[in-house]
Amino acid sequence: MLWVDKYRPKTLDQVIVHEDIAQNLKKLVAEQDCPHLLFYGPPGSGKKTLIMALLRQIFGPGAEKVKVENKNWKIDAGSRTIDLELTTLSSANHVELSPSDVGFQDRYVVQEVIKEMAKNRPIDTKGKRGFKVLVLNDVDKLSREAQHSLRRTMEKYSAFCRLFLCCNSSSRVTEAIRSRCLNVRINAPTEEQIVNVLDLIGKKEGLELPSGFATRIAEKSNRSLRRAILLFETCRVQQYPFTSNQAIPPMDWEEYVAEIASDIMKEQSPKRLFQVRGKLYELLINCIPPDIVLKRLLYELLKRLDAELKHEVCHWAAYYEHKMRLGQKAIFHLEAFVAKFMSIYKGFLIATFG
Amino acid sequence: MAPVLQSSQPWVEKYRPKQVKDVAHQDEVVRVLTNTLETSNCPHMLFYGPPGTGKTTTALAIAHQLFGPEMYKSRVLELNASDDRGINVVRTKIKDFAAVAVGSGQRQGGYPCPPYKIIILDEADSMTEDAQNALRRTMETYSKVTRFFFICNYVSRIIEPLASRCAKFRFKPLSEEVMSSRILHICKEEGLNLDGEALSTLGSISQGDLRRAITYLQGAARLFGSTITSKDLINVSGVIPPEVVGALFAACRTGDFDVANKEVNNIIADGYPVSMLLSQLFDVIVEAEDILDEQKSRICKRLAEADKRLVDGADEYLQLLDVTSNVMRALCNMPEEFQYDS
Repeated sequence: MLWVDKYRPKTLDQVIVHEDIAQNLKKLVAEQDCPHLLFYGPPGSGKKTLIMALLRQIFGPGAEKVKVENKNWKIDAGSRTIDLELTTLSSANHVELSPSDVGFQDRYVVQEVIKEMAKNRPIDTKGKRGFKVLVLNDVDKLSREAQHSLRRTMEKYSAFCRLFLCCNSSSRVTEAIRSRCLNVRINAPTEEQIVNVLDLIGKKEGLELPSGFATRIAEKSNRSLRRAILLFETCRVQQYPFTSNQAIPPMDWEEYVAEIASDIMKEQSPKRLFQVRGKLYELLINCIPPDIVLKRLLYELLKRLDAELKHEVCHWAAYYEHKMRLGQKAIFHLEAFVAKFMSIYKGFLIATFG
Repeated sequence: MAPVLQSSQPWVEKYRPKQVKDVAHQDEVVRVLTNTLETSNCPHMLFYGPPGTGKTTTALAIAHQLFGPEMYKSRVLELNASDDRGINVVRTKIKDFAAVAVGSGQRQGGYPCPPYKIIILDEADSMTEDAQNALRRTMETYSKVTRFFFICNYVSRIIEPLASRCAKFRFKPLSEEVMSSRILHICKEEGLNLDGEALSTLGSISQGDLRRAITYLQGAARLFGSTITSKDLINVSGVIPPEVVGALFAACRTGDFDVANKEVNNIIADGYPVSMLLSQLFDVIVEAEDILDEQKSRICKRLAEADKRLVDGADEYLQLLDVTSNVMRALCNMPEEFQYDS
């Protein structure tokens, strides 16, 4: 088992990074009831962990017995029927799914699954907990229509089911949904908190950590706890006992982007652009999302630039990322950004050195 | 519907006005509808206005008051965006329902029960144009036995031919006094303690949206118990603390790109929603007294563009960085045009 899973807190009491939020959530469900919740925060900040712990708090250990199902829906949409397939994780009391996986037809999934859940209302002998929980991942990727159709459904079936929504940026969730939920912001853990967690894991695994080692991992992790723990485990596999100056292996795609950046800085010509295209393709076929590539490329370029150019470059990065979102082929826009940068940089070089 | 435990009901539902006259702050509508109740005469209606101002509540209340619980099922059809509302549904379901004749107007069980049915189309602005077009003739043909209630946020998304067939009512955002009195009423019912400061905070963060105010109140009450301070409310509402916005603004004033970049990184890592941040930054900039009008307009232009891009789904970090860099260049009087852009 990976350490990330092994040391994932199972109950709200075990949570150490977001202790205050966990305690608040515990109070929230103390009366066997809760409102709809919207969790938002950057990746690796612990949204999913908190949701799972919260489910356990509400339904007891039964919430952990989940089964993975590949569900088929036949949806009657007037003239034609639509077949949809989606993987769901479910226990007796909750269903979890990522409706955005089915693309533009997500609307039907949202409507169907909620209505189905509302029909099979769980009955508890004590007359309590008369509701199910639907966990929806990546609600920020849901289409506008799906978000619209969530609105009234949430109100209409609120007696039978609660929604726990989980997303990275709440900007992309419509106002109408946000106003119907209790918003819970999960911030990324600070570097000290990451160090604490790493120390704790080290202690439980019986490892000896040289001083400053955990701090260095935390710095490399971009404030993502998941990444920090993965890095830590990689280091453990690589070399143990740790030495205080042990190199922390960077992600290979990051290395690769750094290489692209220095290529671009060295030469600005159509030929170089052609070479860079090959490298960008390489990244894309390895399933690195294009917006992440662009962001990382910007980060690498900014490191190497003079202050006066930074404004200009970051403006164009924002511009092309937006275009990329609207367009279909990411590679065009990545390449356009590189070409734009080359032209700016060349102009700068000529103006400065003649 | 099975009996529901009182506590499991959101307060928004619990305190939804059951009668038209209880709807707060929307005097014209209430006057017209009260009249309807007496004369049982009613035009087609179009309700529009920002969220949380009572549109759905009013429509449901009038339907209930006209027909009472027994007749409600057979006389009222309620459709919203969560039901499929393509052109097919308009052609079949709505038309079928509209076509059914109803008995003459006899009072039943103390309710007026006028001789027509009501079709409530909630969130009508998410209907396709085709579907709306298909409704035009249906509305007229069956106007003897059916009344339509359209509810939407943006009246501009309703096609003109439909809008002109209805009596239009704009629902105003609630004023602070109305909101306060409603909130205080709920606090009294639920046994909550709310001081004056918290009340005004609640008014300002909910911006005239009563549903949002009540949701925040319930959230805060759940999390922090029966005594609620303004800090608790800010905590549950997702409004960004003014210090964070201030820090970003101060970073822009320094004119150092790296300082600002670091601040942007922190904001993203803390998970603050950028769209919210932009609107709060906008307030700070418009109200700042030491910035020239020209600088303000330059910044606002960029804010508008970034907001549009965010709606399109662009990356939050890059947009915020772009805005920040632009604010910085405006404040430090750097040229607006890029130097090396050919």
